[in-house]
Amino acid sequence: MSTTNATTPGPAAAPLRWLMRNPIWGFVLIIFVFFSLATDHFFDIRNFQNIMVQTSTIGLIALGMTLVMINGNIDLSVGATLALAAAFAVDVQSWAMFATWGNWQIFPAVCAALLVGIALGALNGFIVWKTGVDAFIVTLGAMLGIRGLVFVYTGESSFYAMNFAYSDFSALSIGPLPVLALIFLACTLAVHLLLSRTVHGRNAYAVGGNREAAINAGIRVGPHMMVNFMIIGFLAALSGVLLSTQMGAATPNLGRDYELWVITAVVLGGTKLTGGKGDIIGTFGGVLAIGILRNGMNLMQVPAFYVYVILGSILIAVLFLDKQFNRRTQGGLRL
Amino acid sequence: MTETTTQPALRLQDIVKTFPGVRALDGVSFEVMPGEVHALLGENGAGKSTLMKVLAGMYQPDEGLIFIGGGQVRVANPMEAKAQGIVLIHQELSLAPEMSAAENIYLGELPCKSFGRVDWKALYARSNAILERLRCRFRADALVADLSIANQQMVEIARALTVDARVVIFDEPTASLTDAEKVVLFDIITDLKAQGVGIVYISHRMDEIFTLSDRITVLRDGAYRGTLTTAETDEDAVTRLMIGRSLDLSQRVAAGEVGEVVLEARGLSCAPLYEDVSFQVRAGEVVGFYGLVGAGRTEIAETLFGLRTPNAGTILIDGKEVTIGSPQDAIRLGISLVPENRKEQGLVLGMNCRDNMTLPQVGDLTTGPFVSGGAEVSIFDQYRDRLAIKTPSWRQPVGFLSGGNQQKIVIGKWLSMQPRVLIVDEPTRGIDVGSKSEIHNLIRQLAGQGYAVIVISSEMPEVLHVADRIVAMYHGRVMRSFNAGEVTEDSLVQAISGIGNGKAA
Amino acid sequence: MLLTRLKAGGPAIAKQGILVAFILFMIVFSLASDRFLSMDNVMSVLRQSAIIGVMALGVTVVVIGGNLDLSVGSMLSFATVLVVDLHDKIGPEMAIPVMVFATLCLGAINGFLIGFLRLNSLIVTLGMLSAIQGLVLIYSGGQNVDIVDQSGTWFRFFGRGAILGIATPIIIFALLALIIHVVMSMTPFGRKVYAVGGNPTASVFSGIPRSRVVFATYLISALCVAVAAIILGSRVMGSQNNVGQGYELQVLAAVILGGTSLLGGSGSIIRTVLGVLMLAFIQNGLILMGQPYYTQWLVTWAVIIIAVWLDVAAKRGRLFSPIA
Repeated sequence: MSTTNATTPGPAAAPLRWLMRNPIWGFVLIIFVFFSLATDHFFDIRNFQNIMVQTSTIGLIALGMTLVMINGNIDLSVGATLALAAAFAVDVQSWAMFATWGNWQIFPAVCAALLVGIALGALNGFIVWKTGVDAFIVTLGAMLGIRGLVFVYTGESSFYAMNFAYSDFSALSIGPLPVLALIFLACTLAVHLLLSRTVHGRNAYAVGGNREAAINAGIRVGPHMMVNFMIIGFLAALSGVLLSTQMGAATPNLGRDYELWVITAVVLGGTKLTGGKGDIIGTFGGVLAIGILRNGMNLMQVPAFYVYVILGSILIAVLFLDKQFNRRTQGGLRL
Repeated sequence: MTETTTQPALRLQDIVKTFPGVRALDGVSFEVMPGEVHALLGENGAGKSTLMKVLAGMYQPDEGLIFIGGGQVRVANPMEAKAQGIVLIHQELSLAPEMSAAENIYLGELPCKSFGRVDWKALYARSNAILERLRCRFRADALVADLSIANQQMVEIARALTVDARVVIFDEPTASLTDAEKVVLFDIITDLKAQGVGIVYISHRMDEIFTLSDRITVLRDGAYRGTLTTAETDEDAVTRLMIGRSLDLSQRVAAGEVGEVVLEARGLSCAPLYEDVSFQVRAGEVVGFYGLVGAGRTEIAETLFGLRTPNAGTILIDGKEVTIGSPQDAIRLGISLVPENRKEQGLVLGMNCRDNMTLPQVGDLTTGPFVSGGAEVSIFDQYRDRLAIKTPSWRQPVGFLSGGNQQKIVIGKWLSMQPRVLIVDEPTRGIDVGSKSEIHNLIRQLAGQGYAVIVISSEMPEVLHVADRIVAMYHGRVMRSFNAGEVTEDSLVQAISGIGNGKAA
Repeated sequence: MLLTRLKAGGPAIAKQGILVAFILFMIVFSLASDRFLSMDNVMSVLRQSAIIGVMALGVTVVVIGGNLDLSVGSMLSFATVLVVDLHDKIGPEMAIPVMVFATLCLGAINGFLIGFLRLNSLIVTLGMLSAIQGLVLIYSGGQNVDIVDQSGTWFRFFGRGAILGIATPIIIFALLALIIHVVMSMTPFGRKVYAVGGNPTASVFSGIPRSRVVFATYLISALCVAVAAIILGSRVMGSQNNVGQGYELQVLAAVILGGTSLLGGSGSIIRTVLGVLMLAFIQNGLILMGQPYYTQWLVTWAVIIIAVWLDVAAKRGRLFSPIA
């Protein structure tokens, strides 16, 4: 993609306008170029594979969070859901009833894990729908509660995958693409299509952008939100399964603080907390920005600590710039 | 109109709708024939928008019957209304900003292929057809957030054309349209009319109503005041019906001595909201700012209260030039503002009556570092008695009070600060009839006690009743000033409609 | 039936709901375990709840003002690492004021961004959470810090000492709760916080300096964190550099359980204290009943949602949301 061609305003204007709408991609581009020049090991196919695998965990959840946040909701329970799903995935495959299934024992385990994620999402969504309690509070409670379930289930200990096929899975590649990256990209494409091409996806913008109008237009807002909570539950569970294949184990503290990272990625990608605005392209950019920054600074042997400071500052800066651009809407009244 | 045997497209009979503290609709009857434009007229708070929401299924009436095409129906929600062919075009836009125009036009009914995919081809084809019919210059795939307000309004109108409408309700549709866009809109209305669709047209603007409508129904204070055939009536008759009893100015409380000039503005501008505004307010007089919504009156009040920075002109208090950079500055100078929107700007609804009333001075009502509850209660008691505020106790959250009593709390809040200038913006909006005259008398009394009072209003009887002098505004400019004795309704209407001295058509 | 009762005496019940639930829990636990209401046990619960409690006081003020503070956890790590590290370098009498000042600076950044620039508090404090965590790690070089002479320093008084047999953390928590309660319920400042949280626009129209009030709420929150850090550093005599991780949401849970609305403008310090104590006693009671400690999270989950649900239901006058 050519980005700078000042002599021909026509073709150049379109990418520029696109970049104005997705400023995070400008940032991704800048850090990409910067790290490519600044370190030898960054611009390397193997490193790109690394980045994709490293970001897949947060990235998958961020896809779901985008949906939920476009609805004007939020889900703080994703880290705990991830841990519970990972525990199921690793534990169920060692159940006696599947002992004779060989490598097929992984199948019911992964199914169970994904179902757990969907069920927890459905529970959150149902509570938000029926009680009318703010999603922030509902999922804050769920964050604590589901983490409790993880501990109840695991009894505070880690589960280890006995079937090596399971932990080998994460090392698989299809052509140049690690299979984990492939799954992430496939999900990104799927959620992007869902959000931009389907009736459900388009309705998400109406539900978050103007809930009254959505209700008046006959969109069933409650079930709609519940479906999105189920999708994020599914994606958090999938993320947990993939993470546990990487580790060959599931620890009870898996995924702590992930909700904060995920929200950071999604907000960096331009999705509004108040709802009604955002897209997967932006979220993907936000996820990549975090991934490249972490990876690049690691390669430059900058201690990981600085990444936190930089990410936090960028998050606030994005918010500040957004506010500056949208200042005119207030009509000049000093409140 | 000739005798017809057709059923009305829509008929309401004796509709009653009450809200806590207000009887918004009091036995209103209304009908629209197929192919008729029926204008609904009334001042702010007369019940037009409530009636409209009943029509569109957004409110359930407490009493009364609704007939569509002759059969009695219950309209439980907007979808049912739409299914019955009744479409409301909102004044407040009900669009989702980050969706395309087409998606908004077909919101809730996006055409669908397999797997829930949106059928974009069909969506855009149909939407573009409608937009073309409306002669819109933008395409259906434009993002609503990128459209001008007028174009957003067009999207809203386009929505009505997606269904086989029996009745289309337009709520102040021209408020944000240019003249050219208005012409298009009127053509559309004529089209719809020719197709036998019944139109309910709500507007303030007499010229539009007389151009478009076949009949006019007037509401006042939530009650039905009569239906006129447009061809057989004139603006005078309609205005009289709107305003009601001819004004009895002799009843108004006499003001006291008019004193020195307290507040003066010279060439005050806050472009593009208002420009070159000059006026004086004396102690003991009420100056009324009269004009349509959007004429710049509220913005002047906000400037005087330190919430807007003027880009030209000066403000003088007692002849000395002052800068007012914040509400705190304004309060220090003795200026106070009873804002237009009581619930959003005037009150903290969850807070009790006493705390709301003493809010601006709570920092001064202290013994040591603590708020003196006793001092607060005594101030509250004093103004409760003086303003006759009805509340069981000062502990009552103001949200539970009636509109009139809420307004008195806001007025009391500022009176207890002993201001020199009291600005009251739309003092009786959303307040029932009884309390209205009470508030009017109160304002007269305050002037009598030596306050310099500014009343901003878009209700003619209110300014006529309350003001000693009237400043008429149009599009951010002062058109004329009148003394209460010499003003006529005609001249006032002309001034705020931007008509010079010529007679209105 | 519940519905009609909610409609009738709804708000009153909802207001006292936390108290009722608290008493119910206390009765159940004291029946289930003899030790539960023993002096020793109560004291140890109170002492353990002091750190979360002190932080919850500050967060309550912020939430009443209509905002959120998710940065308190990182800020606790920061303050604790700083005070412990400086203890051996410049002595406790200097370490404490330096740490308090530095923490207040962080609070001031929050307050400036949210109060004066009007940025969304959730995102700002989320960013600060990350940034401060980074600062701590940079400062400590990723190493945990310790106080060498743990028994000789008077700094031990704050976390391990006692006055008249009552552990110092309890006394600090109680005193601070009292002070902030008085500030919020009896001073002009407190009134202004409620007004700004309840209706920011109306408070500006009433001449209240909204930006400065919000700014001050974040200073109070930071101050509470500094106090919590003193207790924590003194009790542990050392600090891991992520010691406060996850505190922000636990603190928020206690505040919500106390009935403070996230919308701002309502809530009270006393009820936050109840929320904190309730969480602490649930945890303790379950352990005494032989349950593993993490069962408290399950109970908390249910308690939070039911508490807020009843509150919301009472306000709208019906149990279930009307949304289809």
